[in-house]
Amino acid sequence: MGKMSLDNKLGLDRFNIDQHNPHITINDGYDNKEKINLLVMACPAGLYQYENGKLSFNHEGCLECGTCRVLSKGRVVKSWSYPVGGKGIEFTQG
Amino acid sequence: MGEKWLLMSEEKFDVIIVGGGLAGSAAAYTLAKAGLEVLVIERGNYCGAKNMTGGRLYGHSLEKMIPNFAETAPVERKIIKERVTMATGTGAMTIEYGSNKLKDPSCASYSVLRSKFDKWFAEQGEAQGAMYVTGIRVDKLLQKDGRVCGVLAAGDELYSDVVLLADGVNSILAQQIGMKKELSPHQVAVGVKEVIGLDEKTVSDRFGVLPGEGAAWLVAGDPTGGAVGGGFLYTDKESVSIGTVVTLSDIGSGGNIKVPDMVERFKSNPVIAPLIEGGKLLEYSAHLVPEAGYKMIPELVWNGVLIAGDAAGFVMNLGYTIRGMDLAIESGRLAAEAILKAKEKGDFSMNGLSAYLTLLENSFIMRDLRHYQNMPSLMSTPQLFNELPAVADALMRGLFVVDGKTPVKLIKTIVPAINKIGGFIEAGKLGIKAVGAM
Repeated sequence: MGKMSLDNKLGLDRFNIDQHNPHITINDGYDNKEKINLLVMACPAGLYQYENGKLSFNHEGCLECGTCRVLSKGRVVKSWSYPVGGKGIEFTQG
Repeated sequence: MGEKWLLMSEEKFDVIIVGGGLAGSAAAYTLAKAGLEVLVIERGNYCGAKNMTGGRLYGHSLEKMIPNFAETAPVERKIIKERVTMATGTGAMTIEYGSNKLKDPSCASYSVLRSKFDKWFAEQGEAQGAMYVTGIRVDKLLQKDGRVCGVLAAGDELYSDVVLLADGVNSILAQQIGMKKELSPHQVAVGVKEVIGLDEKTVSDRFGVLPGEGAAWLVAGDPTGGAVGGGFLYTDKESVSIGTVVTLSDIGSGGNIKVPDMVERFKSNPVIAPLIEGGKLLEYSAHLVPEAGYKMIPELVWNGVLIAGDAAGFVMNLGYTIRGMDLAIESGRLAAEAILKAKEKGDFSMNGLSAYLTLLENSFIMRDLRHYQNMPSLMSTPQLFNELPAVADALMRGLFVVDGKTPVKLIKTIVPAINKIGGFIEAGKLGIKAVGAM
């Protein structure tokens, strides 16, 4: 099997995106590089990106695993909840 | 939703169950069968929509509830072949086990895909009279006079004698009322999985099994770049479930590999690659796995509330096998039995529900969690994932690789790898620790 990009993998998943209602928010001003890089390494969906000293995060594509919550709540992660009912990832295999 | 949802909010239920996974549905089935009014609230649009497993279900606990369930339930394949591998980037040593005993219905295990399986299990609960609402998130537990008395969901207050939390590993609701602490990174691992579609015959042929039969396979070492964790592979009916698991506290150690890259690394291992060649990715998923076992069990009972399944940390990672779903089903059923006892006495206080603790104590759940309580610490020994696979590789290379040069004494081939562990004495100690934990 050839390698696939993470974006292409997530593109195959079924999402009911709640565009204007992010279930995870981050502390924008947070600047501990080490803690930020940990989330860049850890997020299975690659949603944490850190380029040129700037952290960006997008909740769309979240697999709702809770990894960032456990690793960084109160640091990079400001708030974390599940999406409202019926929204977010919808596994058709599981 | 809509009208039906409003109508229901006028009622009071005997039991509200948060989460329509295996623990929730096992409880719903048992309670509804006994005639109680049960409401299951699931945040996904159907039961299983938010759930993922490696995954293998050991059948024994469900067999007790629904004998011969595998004849009608959507199981993928009966697991009749077990493989455990230690892998480096260049080589892999595998132990394979097969036995007629693995086929015996009393101890059989099955690969399952949760979106199908959980849906089926919820239907069994509904057939017993349990009510399910899906696509609704429970936001808060309602409390009055020092006890839980219901839930707040989608803006509606719903009341019940008892609430069962079967809301999964993160169980934010149990944390909200202080029954469970925030999870710490050494207690949980993140599993990342790909379901790769292949036709049914190809799966059977590549794994050397008959139709309906399958293999379970765990791999330590290379997949995680030596971080604590490993790779897993289970054969489904028309697909292969393949992925990696890594303990959160160990992310960034060893080879410094990103979590999403681990599964790619595993798939490209020379032992694995041919088995998935030509396959088509059907789904990419991730989920946390509670791994600290006995040492991470929260408060399981409080006034008007109980906790079951992953939310209670009922998972055993033994390295050569992982169990969680059979514990979830058993704990859901036992929670239901405790609720039935409390109902008889009309006492839903912590005291009235405490039969749950006794039932758990006398079940395989606490017995096995206690028996294997030192496994999580053994499983977090970095040598198992780094140096030991290197020893195995060196040893096997010494045996099987023929290059026409003078043979080296076997013991010499493994000395460099053994030295990395700290010499033969340290390697021996590791062996003793391993046997002791089992």
